Amino acid sequence: MPIDVDVAHVASLARLGLSPDRLDRYREELGVILDHAARVQEVDTSSALPLAHPLGQTNVFRADEVRPSLDRDEVLEMAPESRDGFFVTSPALD
Amino acid sequence: MKWEPVIGIEVHVELDTDSKMFCGCRVSFGDPPNTHVCPVCLALPGSLPVPNRKAIQEIIRLGLALNCRINPDSVFHRKNYYYADLPKNYQISQFDVPVCVDGWLDVESDETRFRVGIERVHMEEDTGKSVHVGEGGRIHSAAETLVDFNRAGTPLVEIVSRPDLKSAADARTYAQELRAVVVETGVSDARMERGSIRFDANVSIRPEGSPRLGVKVEIKNMNSFRSLEKAIRSEIGRQTALVTAGERVVMETRHWDEEAEVTHGMRTKEGSSDYRYFTEPDLAPMAFDSSWVEEARSLLPELPALRRDRYRGMGVRPAAARVLASSDPRLRSLFEEAVESGADPVAAGNWVTGEVTASLRRREASVGELPLRGDQIAALTRMVSEGRVSAGAAREVLEGVMDGEGSPSEVATRRNLLQLSDRTALEEVVEEVMAANPEAVERYRSGEGKVRGYLMGQVMRATSGRADPRAVNEILSARL
Amino acid sequence: MPSQPLSITSAGAALRSGETTSVELLAAVMSRAEMTESELHCYLNLDREGAMSAARRADRELDRGEDRGPLHGIPVAVKDNMCTRGLETTCSSKILAGYRPPYDATAVARLREAGAVIVGKTNLDEFAMGSSTENSAYGPTRNPWDTGRVPGGSSGGSAAAVAAGSAIAALGSDTGGSIRQPASLCGVVGLKPTYGLVSRYGLVAFASSLDQIGPLTRTVRDAALLLSAVAGHDPADATSYAGQTPDFAGSLDRGVDGLRLGVVKELGGEGYQPEVSEATEMMLEKLAARGAEVTEVSLPLFDVALSAYYLIAPAECSANLARFDGMRYGLSVKGSTASDTMSDTRAEGFGPEVIRRILLGTYALSAGYFDAFYGQAQKVRSLLLDEFSEAYEKVDVLVSPTSPTTAFRLGERTQDPLAMYMSDICTIPSNLSGHPAISVPIGLDSEGLPIGFQVMAPALGERLMMAVAAEVERLAGFDALPPPALAPPPGVPL
Repeated sequence: MPIDVDVAHVASLARLGLSPDRLDRYREELGVILDHAARVQEVDTSSALPLAHPLGQTNVFRADEVRPSLDRDEVLEMAPESRDGFFVTSPALD
Repeated sequence: MKWEPVIGIEVHVELDTDSKMFCGCRVSFGDPPNTHVCPVCLALPGSLPVPNRKAIQEIIRLGLALNCRINPDSVFHRKNYYYADLPKNYQISQFDVPVCVDGWLDVESDETRFRVGIERVHMEEDTGKSVHVGEGGRIHSAAETLVDFNRAGTPLVEIVSRPDLKSAADARTYAQELRAVVVETGVSDARMERGSIRFDANVSIRPEGSPRLGVKVEIKNMNSFRSLEKAIRSEIGRQTALVTAGERVVMETRHWDEEAEVTHGMRTKEGSSDYRYFTEPDLAPMAFDSSWVEEARSLLPELPALRRDRYRGMGVRPAAARVLASSDPRLRSLFEEAVESGADPVAAGNWVTGEVTASLRRREASVGELPLRGDQIAALTRMVSEGRVSAGAAREVLEGVMDGEGSPSEVATRRNLLQLSDRTALEEVVEEVMAANPEAVERYRSGEGKVRGYLMGQVMRATSGRADPRAVNEILSARL
Repeated sequence: MPSQPLSITSAGAALRSGETTSVELLAAVMSRAEMTESELHCYLNLDREGAMSAARRADRELDRGEDRGPLHGIPVAVKDNMCTRGLETTCSSKILAGYRPPYDATAVARLREAGAVIVGKTNLDEFAMGSSTENSAYGPTRNPWDTGRVPGGSSGGSAAAVAAGSAIAALGSDTGGSIRQPASLCGVVGLKPTYGLVSRYGLVAFASSLDQIGPLTRTVRDAALLLSAVAGHDPADATSYAGQTPDFAGSLDRGVDGLRLGVVKELGGEGYQPEVSEATEMMLEKLAARGAEVTEVSLPLFDVALSAYYLIAPAECSANLARFDGMRYGLSVKGSTASDTMSDTRAEGFGPEVIRRILLGTYALSAGYFDAFYGQAQKVRSLLLDEFSEAYEKVDVLVSPTSPTTAFRLGERTQDPLAMYMSDICTIPSNLSGHPAISVPIGLDSEGLPIGFQVMAPALGERLMMAVAAEVERLAGFDALPPPALAPPPGVPL
């Protein structure tokens, strides 16, 4: 049975402003995919540690050395909006 | 019912490295916006973080200073939340295996002495800075947000205490002591006004004696130790009033309003606290064998608590030892040099924490401008103990030395502050006084004992107060 | 005039003998692109000027006797999820329309360093999420063998460009099969290296613990040459392999005599196109005849690898794609609050498959579901790695079809995400384990569509893997070409 996802909540966590009909479609699709994905739960993993890094290296660091930064004009040229050296966005709260 | 507060403190400290946590941009303060940014700290597509080894060594050192255990295996996690000044919209932080765990800090003030448990010390990165532009520059009325990413990616350490604090005053004392440790280890300049050390408090209340914890409220935005104490006190009051009125405390984050001296609830967005932590796949796990820990330990300076005990062991008065142990390093070395030059630790401690500090304050001078050496303190204390100057005159000698008039004995001589203890000279003075006051001498000899004080006063007056009172007494006894 | 299409090897020989120049090679490739692009749409962006100046420089250097090695002067295409300084890099997404990165990906920088001429940026499924290159905001790429069919994905543009001759070789990226599956569907060689062998710096991340850059080429030798040019430790990638990289082309003539080949039991049978199974079977017989010891090996967790993958990859992608918020670069749909700007920009800028995966991954990581989904998938991943290790005690390499079917029709699977995901059933396990794998074309089905054969090896087992792949290539003698209008140009243009 497809898993019922509170897709509106998930979309808000992921900052996706989806319309109600889009949410409905995703809820349906996600339910089917998750139902399949849930097959991982059939595996006995009691002996397993989660694997996050396939290569198995440890302690990869860099020396505390300053390297050149980007040119600010180049940086702000990419921005949809900028002013006085700052990036500009809408206010934090309405 | 009586209610008791339970307080925990979260402290963020920016490390004093040259470059940022995950890229080579310079760690800076006050520079023009967005001048220390690169693909990594701007989160340009495709960029990858590489951690700063120095920052890792520093957090281990700080962890050891806070009596923590260093996790032999530690990993970075992604903490997911969206905010305009968080470039990746996740923060590289640590979750269930932080670098340092299970430490403590011993804290002392005039009134109390207690131990605060340190739950964890973990490594993360700082955010950028948002400037909310609009009426009054306040978040609630801002018309737009300007963002500067110079600070983004600065190595940031979070120190989380256990909820061991029982009052706003204790919380302040803990915060001050913690800052002293941070400064002592040299991992950060820990300047509150620059935000390189920041304090948040978790406050809850519960019926007195109850083992259960109440609903926790996080308060933010305190920019001094004083406001930390005030904010906590205000929050305790607010919560107590709520439960007394039969209402419930809601779990939330509140902002301290410095002007109004109250906390304001922040509007919380739905689900904003689901951080969806997961292991950072871009960063290899860390493994700290004993060589990492031992190296960090060997670079650890003496910490305030231990120093306090050492000073007390030397005989310094407890209060002076406490002040001295957490004082500016230059003030401490003045004390230590004085003792090395032969000063009695008790006297040297009193002088440095008392008269020297007071004089600096009067001069509105900083410790950096201190015109005084340890051997001068030693000489001064010797002059007092040997009776060459009186306690009162010694203060004046100190002023003279600090005014650059020369060594203590030079000052005492020049300002005519040396005590007269030369027997022959004093005998002459006593003779003169007795000759000038025959009736007084007569009255004393006929049994009127209190006249002796009058005679003594006349001798002191004749010597402008420099006569050694002990010697004068002896001579008087012999002559009368 | 040689009858075989150009390879890195043959073009390199012609360059050094003076038969041709880099500028001529580029012109040939560009004219191919002009002929085929309206039909195939392999490229999002052809960098005519940049490529021409690189080709001229390559020629000048060769004239002076400065030889940067096998890639010198060779026109190579780059998948559009690798950053190219100053050259538009969109990941086939509206959200990055017009975005010009201020830096080169390490793999791109190394290509330039090796003297390669970057022709342009190839089409892909948006942010490399897909198996058909239909999820591109700029329209799909079509398969040169049959333009009614998909080239596979997500590196469909790179695979089709090599198949059609509008590039001599190409770089792709492979998170769940995105190099090997399109290589298989387009009849070219595609190699996913060991995780960490090629720097990911500048590769726009889809799933960080799975992504790897690798070559799509006409021959196994070319794959070895291109891999050699881009592989090697990069201090800018903390997951980069720190050891020495071997000479990948060094054992291509070794053959398979005495090697133990494990046929993965779980990758075949029901659901597999019979002609794919038959071609695979035939190749195994030929390999056995050449002295390989062929046995069947069972790796039961392969059956749940797809499920684990569709939790882990979306989870990582949900965080990796969080940075696209409409403030620092790319599309911006301004709302009344910063939060609205983010939400509106993202809903508008991402395509349906990307949104689907972000939602899926966000859900798998969210409070209350983490342990049952993402956490459990990571444990399955760990057990899968154990299963691989056990298998590699018994055999030297594992083999299977690359894709259960040959190229499918455009639109055939777009309405059924799960059916689309099944396209990667054979390739996903090697991404989860971080091991290398390669796809080599071995024949055509009855509709004239290429069939790929996959060789998998343990971590850093590229040399042995390529020895087997080279033998497969020789045994297959695959020299079929797409229909003439879309086939690569023969030999050296003179």
